Amino acid sequence: MTEKYTMPDERGHFGPYGGLFVAETLIEPIKELNAAYQHYLQDPEFIAELDADLQHYVGRPSPLYHAQRWSAALGGAQIYLKREDLNHTGAHKINNTIGQALLAKRMGKTRIIAETGAGQHGVATATIAARLGLECVIYMGAVDVKRQTLNVYRMKLLGARVVAVESGSKTLKDALNEALRDWVTNVDNTFYIIGTVAGPHPYPAMVRDFQTIIGREAKQQCLHQAGKLPNALVACVGGGSNAIGLFHPFIDDINVKMFGVEAAGDGIETGRHSAPLCAGRPGVLHGNRTYLMSDDDGEIIETHSISAGLDYPGVGPEHAWLKDIGRAEYVNITDTEALEGFYALTKMEGIIPALESSHAMAYTLKLAPTMPKDEIIIVSLSGRGDKDMHTMAEFEGIKI
Amino acid sequence: MSRLANTMQALKQAKRTALIPFITVGDPTPEFTLPLMHAMVAAGVDIIELGVPFSDPMADGPVIQAASERALEHHMGLRKVLDIAAEFRQTDQATPLVLMGYLNPIEIMGYQTFADKAGAADIDGVLTVDLPPEEAEECAALLKAKNIDTIFLLAPNSNAERVKKMDTIGSGYLYYVSVKGVTGAGHLDIADVEAKLAMIKANTALPIGVGFGVKDAVTAQAIAKVADGVVVGSALISKIAANLDNPEKAKQEIIELLTSMRQAMDS
Repeated sequence: MTEKYTMPDERGHFGPYGGLFVAETLIEPIKELNAAYQHYLQDPEFIAELDADLQHYVGRPSPLYHAQRWSAALGGAQIYLKREDLNHTGAHKINNTIGQALLAKRMGKTRIIAETGAGQHGVATATIAARLGLECVIYMGAVDVKRQTLNVYRMKLLGARVVAVESGSKTLKDALNEALRDWVTNVDNTFYIIGTVAGPHPYPAMVRDFQTIIGREAKQQCLHQAGKLPNALVACVGGGSNAIGLFHPFIDDINVKMFGVEAAGDGIETGRHSAPLCAGRPGVLHGNRTYLMSDDDGEIIETHSISAGLDYPGVGPEHAWLKDIGRAEYVNITDTEALEGFYALTKMEGIIPALESSHAMAYTLKLAPTMPKDEIIIVSLSGRGDKDMHTMAEFEGIKI
Repeated sequence: MSRLANTMQALKQAKRTALIPFITVGDPTPEFTLPLMHAMVAAGVDIIELGVPFSDPMADGPVIQAASERALEHHMGLRKVLDIAAEFRQTDQATPLVLMGYLNPIEIMGYQTFADKAGAADIDGVLTVDLPPEEAEECAALLKAKNIDTIFLLAPNSNAERVKKMDTIGSGYLYYVSVKGVTGAGHLDIADVEAKLAMIKANTALPIGVGFGVKDAVTAQAIAKVADGVVVGSALISKIAANLDNPEKAKQEIIELLTSMRQAMDS
């Protein structure tokens, strides 16, 4: 790769992926959004406001932490954790919600809606809505409402209305469907804050641009702390926003390997997983063409993962493209392996990761020992595990 | 000229408005659909829109979502829908059939295979909710080669430029969605629809069907005065949902509703 990476094209295509696959009613509001996004991305005042919020409200830059004890125990590469778990609200999601909410305010929208899986994006959206005084409705699959009760309560405290979605598989994809139905009904006053790098153009590019703060910081920090670029990047991939946020600033640094970790659930061979890049095929859902889990009739297959945030049958179109061109490698980690990653980080470094991020930790367990000690892996610690205490306690058979 | 264009032209000459029912194929059972199609034709409908069940019907309200879920319990996918359409065509060569659904089933089948199979089943039009003109050229060209019309949706916020775009790629008719929202939602503002149709008609010669919010003979009659076609979906499917233990009664109520609409539209 000698040419600079410039995806997507002006129509939002990453090769055959991405695009604008939505019902007609959404065409005008999406055009309006795209125009605003293109405009404010170049507006120094907007950028200054965003930067100030990221610094003083979110707490950026987030540390790049050298996990020395864990690295030594694995006996291979030096592991550096990008600590997105230390952000306000506990995950990388807020990098994007702040950006989109500031855009919503400038566009004169008074109501924001969002979908959420694990609840991290919902909490991040409810948080910024509270701060800006905007009405906020969060759509969440009924199954997820049950397994992420703490985050549901947080969203309600923050003044959001949480709608439990009872249709389909009652998880993240159904929450997205319902949010799209809301948007199509209330387009005039409503801004839809999509939480991942999926959806119709410009969402995949826009969410990415707000999340690349992760990779831009990590690159500077790594150069500063270790004196060189990392050899590998590891991040979990559901929709793929923390992964693309970390990967994107390194795409032109061709010696930096990138590993996106999908959720293999009970195991790819069981069919009960959430790994479209590893075991799916290209199709169209939720406004973009990408790898999906669908059957021979094109119906979307129900997914499975212990982590609600990875429990989604699609993936951001840019990941589909990075897979096809071979720039990033996509691997998968089962529920059981993810728990090993969870315990490893908790016990070796005193950091409790989210179950989503635990997938990246689990892959690091495999990868680090295969690399020499003078090489570096940056792992995205995309969120903290507080929200998963109920799931973990249940898994361990403990009542809390 | 396509069967759809012929039908629309004949109706125009007769100064009648097309009555276009939408049903979800396979709802509540696969056996229910074919006899219902024939009964609807006997009740005076002009074109039938066949809903292809999809697991994630993002633009549909609760009524059609539930219909999709009932049909999917019987694994009623695109391939079986095409089988039923082909079976209908064996005894009815006159009534145009339009497939309405979402893009993913077509993507997975492949555009060329879909065009071939839809052509073989003698389908007349395809309306794909999440395939706007921006992304539709490849699929529309393949369908056109099989003499199948690509039908687009127009929304209350579509401007003249959009209409012209659809006029270029689309054919058969354009389907004006009269409210911002999902299927089965909202209430119809006839004056608003009339004003909007004037703008649309200034930018295309294609016939315009109007749907979303058509519930009964009164709304059908009002829409018939300003549009070339009246589309009714959720109101029919509600009859199925209300009579799941008695599909014959559901069919009877659907036919009664369509008959009353037909009479009101023709009077």
